[in-house]
Order: sequence, then C-alpha cells, then structure tokens
Amino acid sequence: MNITFDQLVDDLAPKKFSWKGKLWVVFLVIVILIGLYAYIQQLRQGLIITGMRDYALWGVYISNFVFFVAISLVGSLITAILRLSGVHWSTPLTRIAEIIAVAAIIMAGLTIIIDMGRPDRMLNLFIHGRLQSPIIWDVIVITTYLAISILLLYYPLLPDFGILKTHAQESPRIRKWYSTLSLNWSGTNDQRRIYSRSIQALSVLIIPVAFAIHTVTAWLFETTYRPGWDSTNFGPYFIAGAFVAGAGAVVAVMFVLRKTYGLENYITDEHFNKMGKILVLLCLVYLYFNINEYLMPTYKSTEEEAVHLRSLFTGQYASLFWTAIIGGLVLPVIVLLFPQGRRPLPLFIVSLAVVIGAWWKRYIIVIPTLSHPFLPIQGVPESWRHYSPTWMEWSITLATLAAALLIITILVRFLPIIPIQETAEEKGIIRVTQINES
Amino acid sequence: MEHNHEKDNKSRRTFLDKGLKIGVLAAAGSVALAKVFGNKTDEILDEETVELMSMDGTLMQVPASQVEVHPEKKIDYNPREGFPKRKFVMVVDLAKCRNAKKCQSSCNKNHYITGDNAWIKIYKMQDNEKSAPYWQPTLCQHCDEPPCVKVCPVDATFKRRDGIVLIDNNRCIGCRFCMAACPYSVRIFNWSDPWQGEMAESIPYSPDYSGVPAQKGTVDKCDFCPHMIDKGELPHCVSACPNDVFSFGDLYEDAVTNGSGQTFQLSKLLKERAGYRLMENLGTQPSVYYLPPSNRVVEFEEGLENYTEFKSVDKTDEI
Repeated sequence: MNITFDQLVDDLAPKKFSWKGKLWVVFLVIVILIGLYAYIQQLRQGLIITGMRDYALWGVYISNFVFFVAISLVGSLITAILRLSGVHWSTPLTRIAEIIAVAAIIMAGLTIIIDMGRPDRMLNLFIHGRLQSPIIWDVIVITTYLAISILLLYYPLLPDFGILKTHAQESPRIRKWYSTLSLNWSGTNDQRRIYSRSIQALSVLIIPVAFAIHTVTAWLFETTYRPGWDSTNFGPYFIAGAFVAGAGAVVAVMFVLRKTYGLENYITDEHFNKMGKILVLLCLVYLYFNINEYLMPTYKSTEEEAVHLRSLFTGQYASLFWTAIIGGLVLPVIVLLFPQGRRPLPLFIVSLAVVIGAWWKRYIIVIPTLSHPFLPIQGVPESWRHYSPTWMEWSITLATLAAALLIITILVRFLPIIPIQETAEEKGIIRVTQINES
Repeated sequence: MEHNHEKDNKSRRTFLDKGLKIGVLAAAGSVALAKVFGNKTDEILDEETVELMSMDGTLMQVPASQVEVHPEKKIDYNPREGFPKRKFVMVVDLAKCRNAKKCQSSCNKNHYITGDNAWIKIYKMQDNEKSAPYWQPTLCQHCDEPPCVKVCPVDATFKRRDGIVLIDNNRCIGCRFCMAACPYSVRIFNWSDPWQGEMAESIPYSPDYSGVPAQKGTVDKCDFCPHMIDKGELPHCVSACPNDVFSFGDLYEDAVTNGSGQTFQLSKLLKERAGYRLMENLGTQPSVYYLPPSNRVVEFEEGLENYTEFKSVDKTDEI
C-alpha cells in the first residue's frame, strides 16, 4: 500500500456524521432523555421507584456499575500492556481502547451516584471520608484511573492535533481547538522525548491502577460475609472477567467503525484474527476463575453456599446463569478456536455475545446473593423476597449505557480514531512539509 | 408469673433513674447495683422495702429508709460519644418468647415506623428438622466489632463508647453498604418519604433517637433507645414485653433488668442458662445475648396465631 502523507491524513481525519450518524446520535439522546426523566422521578420520590428493597438492597445500578468498571479496564490492556511489550500491530486499536476506557469510567462514576440514596450529600465522601471503607478506596482509584486514562488518551493525540490544525476539513473554529489542544506541537526532538517518556510512564502507571479499580470493586462485595460474595477468589476473578468484557467491547467498536468509515486498510482482518486470539485466551482464563469460584463451594456445600448455588444452577437464576456462562463464555471459546471464527463478522457477533453475557454475569454476581441472607426473610411483603428491576430503573440503566455510547460517538467525531502520526511512522510515510521545515 | 406485667408501670420506668443512681448505705456494704420498687407480689410489709443485689448475685430486701439515694445530675452527653462509663447489653430469653409481638408494635409506634420492615423482628426459627421450633426476637446486635461501621464511607454509622451503634441520618449518603455488610439483616432503608406525621416531624433530630424524624434515602435501625436510657427508662421493647423475654442493663455493673423490674446478675444468668450470641463465628461480638429455648415457659404453638410471614408493621395500629 503506497499512499502519501496527505492521503493518510484524509483517510484518518475525523469525519462529519452522515445521516446514519446523526440518526444514531438522536436515538442515543432520546434514550438518555427518557432515563433523565426517570432519574428526576427518583430524585423526587426516592429509590422507591426501583425494584430494590431492604433485602435486595442493591440492584441493576450496582451490577451496571461493575460492568462499566470492567469495560474500562480495556484501556490498560490494549494501550499499556501491548505498548509495553513492544507489540506494534495494536497501534490502530489503541485510541479506540482508550476512548472506550474513558467513556466507561466516566459512566461508572455517574452510575454509582445514581445508586445513592442521598446524592445531594456526595461531598460527604470528601468531607467525612473514612479510609477504612472500600467505597473511599473506590473513589480514590476511580478518580485516579479517570485522570490517567484521560492523559493516556490525550498525550498520543498531541501530534495528531498538530497535524489536524492545518489539514482538517473542518470549520476554522474546530481547527482552532485542535491548535490549542496540540499544545504547540511541532515535532521537535525535545518534544518527542518528553512525549514518548510521558506515554511510557503513564503506561506503566495505569496498570496497577487498573488492577486496583477492579480489585477494589470486587472488594465491595468480598468485604461482606454473604455467601456468594465471601470469596478470596473475587479480585482476580473480577479482573479476568473485566479483560474479557473490555476486549469484547473493543472488537465490537472496531468492527462498527471500520465499516462506517471504510478503514479496511488500517484495521485489517489480521487485527480481528489477533484480537480473536487474545479474546479466546482471556475467556479461557476467566473460565478457569469461574470454575474456582463455583466448583469449590459446590464441593463443600455448606448450608448457606448450597442455598445460593442451587438458585444459580437449578433455581430461579438458572437460565440467566447458564446463558451467561455458556453463551457468553463457553461458546465464544469454541467459535474463536477456529480461524473462520476469527474473521471480522463472526468475531463481531461473538464479541456482542461476550459483552452482553458480561453484563448479565455482573447481574448474577450482585443480585442472587442478596436474596439469601443468614436469617430467614420474614415479616416483609412477599414481593421483597425477589428482585426485579422496574421500568424506571431499566430506563435509567439504559440511559447510562446510551450515555457511554454517546461519549464514544462524540469522541469519534472529533478525534482521529486511528493515531495518524504513529501510523505514519510505522508505515514509513514521511510528512514532506516537515522535512522542508527542518 | 402471669400478673407480673400488671405490676405498676412506674416501677419499670424507675429502673435506671433510681436503680442505677442509688447510693447504698448500711445493710448492703458490698452492693453494686440496686433496683427499687415496692414489690406488691411479696408478702406485705409495713415498711416499703427495696430489693438489692449483692456482688454474688443474691437478692435481698432492705427497708427503704436505710437506703440513701444520691441523685445524679443529668449528664449533658454527646450522642456520638455515648454515656460515660457504661456498656449496655441485652439478654433475650428464648424460653419465654411466645411471639406476642408487643415488643415489635411498641417499637414501631415509638419510633414512628411507617415503612414495611420493623426494626425488631420475631423470627420463626427451627435449627433442623428434628429440633423444636422457637421464636427469636432479633434487633440490632450492637456489635463490638460492627461490620456496618467498618464499611461506612462517611462515618455516618458509628460505635459509641457505651456499646451502642447509631446512625447519623444527617450524614448518611444512602449507599446501603452497611446493609450489605450486616449479617443480621437489621438495617432498613427509607426508600421513600417516611410521611410520619406532625408528631415525629416536630421532634428535633438527634442520632440517639433513631427514625425521629426519619429521612428519605438514609438507613435506619434499632438504636437500643438511648433516648429512654437518658430518661432512666428501659428500651421500648423491654418494657412492652408481657413475658419478660428481654432484660437490659450494663455489662460493667454485671446486671440486667427485665420489663417487670427484676434484676439479674448478667454473668450468672449467662453461665446458668448457657447464654450465647448470634453468629459468634463471624467475630462481630454482639452486645445481645440469647438464652436457649430449653425448659420453656410457654409453648411455641401459642405464637403461631400471631405469626405474619409477610408483615411486621401493622399500619392500622397507628394514629
């Protein structure tokens, strides 16, 4: 493939939305507005509008929160781990991964606020925060992760902003933004040195923080005595699951973007093949943790665990449980073991199954445990024994998912989805003007 | 024993007021704690007597004239710190419980509970198929190692020096982590506006009178009634129980008093009756002790007619 630098920029520069893109944005905004209406009702009437009650005290808000945290981990996987191990094929995927990570971690933060009974007192977390509480750990690591993720999205963009401020087919106003955001990037050796060292440092930093966000999220459950949560396996189990969900999300988004913007030359079938291989490995690791998580308690079958496990294996949650395990984990592994399964379209379908399965898996982790407290459930209305989300709860949850997609969509509109400068360097395409200048 | 609960209500109320603030002269040199009341069930004496307990737990009648009362001035105490030099405990005698539910209705009424989940529940329990069923009144266990306090991100729920675990509803952010952490399921959430009526809403808020007034979006639970202790009275559930299931007192004084005003030596009671605590294995160190349902005073079946599986707050009872 022989193309000039200008062609490359034309290919990769952000594009205005087509009518399909506009329709997509309108759709997302409508979903968000419905959720916003439901949330206003929740603020007025209290959490009574949800299906949660004193026994099922956490519901889809929390499982959705865990899902967002899980998805956000992908930023560290693709960007940091692959970057640090000197893998170059993943360059075109790094920005997609970081965009997903930033969107997911922002929505994780908002979702946890949605779950609060008194969001008006949120500042108490800072005024009266107690370091002994896992929630404060979560506040600390999520804000840290958000900051590092934004930097890790932003720094590699500096040269691209520098390119776009002159090349973009954009209005002068937007080009001015690019110019401001480029922080006067001109590609001098000094700038390059600081640039690559910063990215290197951030890539190292983000890995322990990423592990921390999901480990702490696992600890929110693990710090209680409840059967189903009282497991020493929870931290690594959550992290393994998060990598699966995040890798699935990257595959799904890269498929859609490649098709929408005709990026077949940059996101190739080989990228899908490789991501498929990564996904199958991650699924197998997660499956291994699942076996640890469920088989040993089943073997011992203490009374409390047995009640909980029965509800998962054969009881009320059995269909969800087995669909998530088989549809979201076992079948994807089988399909992805075959090269044909790693072609773009089959992999896209598998990745959707993985992501949806991952969402429901969080539901299965959070909700059933709460229906099996140590003391019997007595003296409360019968409906309190089971949890099912109300339509308002669903609309709020769907709105958070739509908001995450909207953040991704807006970032895709204004940022080059594939790093221009890095791609140019890897393909050996030289910017002619640059040579003249120097 | 049936007529016990008919005894002068006043005697129950005076439990701490006089009982704990009494200075003892003459007859009982080594007396630690006393309980004062004119006991109408005993043989009538011309002079009013006072029942006192010695250190080894024997009860004795002492003429009231020989007892000198040192009235203590009411301490202006900090609700976050608790009463100084006190450590409150409760003993629940399962052999006496017949699910009369007076504890529950009294608690519901006095804490203006408008939700669907009472703070004190009388569970129908049966440990295994072959063993006998029993009624287990369950309230906040006021653990010495409270898992709820451990996880609270904003120090809204806290442990006082006198052993009581309370909630500051003005600070609670409604994350419900404490509810997830509590293995005894005693915490309830105000899912909607409590609508308690003018009475409750006119009382100024203090953490030591839980639920008055309740606040939407925050957690509530049994508070061991510090607002009653402060007045020298027993918690509502203790004084409401017609069967003397509950005894309440102070671990440092090694004494607990039941609703009829009888005082027992705590250590002796727990030793003799093999007292235990719920889920000891979790290491939560509860302040509530249970006496096993053996040698029962009442039949289990008596409680069945009162049993409501799906209700613990009778809203028709209320004003």
